[in-house]
Amino acid sequence: MNQLPALARVFTYLSLLTFGGGIAAYPELQRLAVDVHKWVTLVQLDHLYGVGQAAPGPNMMMIVSIGTLTAGLPGAIVVLLAFFVPTAFLACVVGRLWTRLQGRPWFVAVARGLAPVSIGLLLAGCVTFAKGALTGWVTSLVAGIVFVTLLRSTVNPALLVLASALVGALAL
Amino acid sequence: MPSNGKNKSVGVGQIFLAFLLIGATSFGGGVMAYLRSSLVVKHRWVDDETFVELLTITQALPGLKATNMAILAGDRLRGTLGALAAIAGVCLPGAVLMYFVGVVYQVERQRPLLEAALDGVGAAAVGLILATTVELGRKSLTRLDDLAFVLLTVICVNRLHVPVPAALVGVGGLAAAWHGFGRAGTTRPDP
Repeated sequence: MNQLPALARVFTYLSLLTFGGGIAAYPELQRLAVDVHKWVTLVQLDHLYGVGQAAPGPNMMMIVSIGTLTAGLPGAIVVLLAFFVPTAFLACVVGRLWTRLQGRPWFVAVARGLAPVSIGLLLAGCVTFAKGALTGWVTSLVAGIVFVTLLRSTVNPALLVLASALVGALAL
Repeated sequence: MPSNGKNKSVGVGQIFLAFLLIGATSFGGGVMAYLRSSLVVKHRWVDDETFVELLTITQALPGLKATNMAILAGDRLRGTLGALAAIAGVCLPGAVLMYFVGVVYQVERQRPLLEAALDGVGAAAVGLILATTVELGRKSLTRLDDLAFVLLTVICVNRLHVPVPAALVGVGGLAAAWHGFGRAGTTRPDP
């Protein structure tokens, strides 16, 4: 069955929700990729999301893995283009109009209004993601330690992810 | 100090390579710090003011900050071609890596030890994302009333299961109207 059109549709839609960061789109990603289209299971999604956090570059590259699992290399390419081309186009246009837009009161109000909503969307994404990824006290403890460590020090998050993989392998 | 953003023409190849390097080395999130140290400090292609201005633009837009910054900076440096080179460079390493992760994951399923390690990775990601969100909130929320909109968004999405676009438009519109009326609070969020 050809999943490419559905992949293109879903990931274009998801990209338009990523105000503030990739995790803002997570609740919809989970609903569409796991429940509606069954491209991956919830466990797979959370594993890939976790690995994606340790990968270099923009932190949503795990979507490429979903494309790969669903439809191989063509799937990966379609997902990548669908997710980045529309928002890139938008950024380019707004970037060029920026000096003009900045003077408009409505634009300033919308930009101001979006700031708390985007933080809210990020938090909502965290909550949804945590519900799937925190399965017991070990995982909750790991998440808690990583959270506190990152707020209190400047350690590279990739190292924490690696350490957590070790803890997981030993304790779970 | 770097000179003003307008610069002697920078080659498309140079832009691609600079962003490729950022895309390949920015492990563990925080791409923004890598972008700044490359664009502002190392290459002096943009000054700090321009960098902050571009960052402000990304905050008003959907899309990942790293890719939107690549587009904006690339466009300022060398127009459409520069923008394309920048986003291709910053995405390529992570995309190739995650493609192979997908391939390997498909084959290597059902290994208990790997599954357990990945459960640990998922848990770490929860802490990581939450920490990033808290730090972002600290920087971009300057007023107490903003917290109400944050909370309202979370309740809409997580409790009431309002579709995300509806929450975005609804709560966003409400907050925009609120800030539109309360003209006192037009202080820019400093990123």
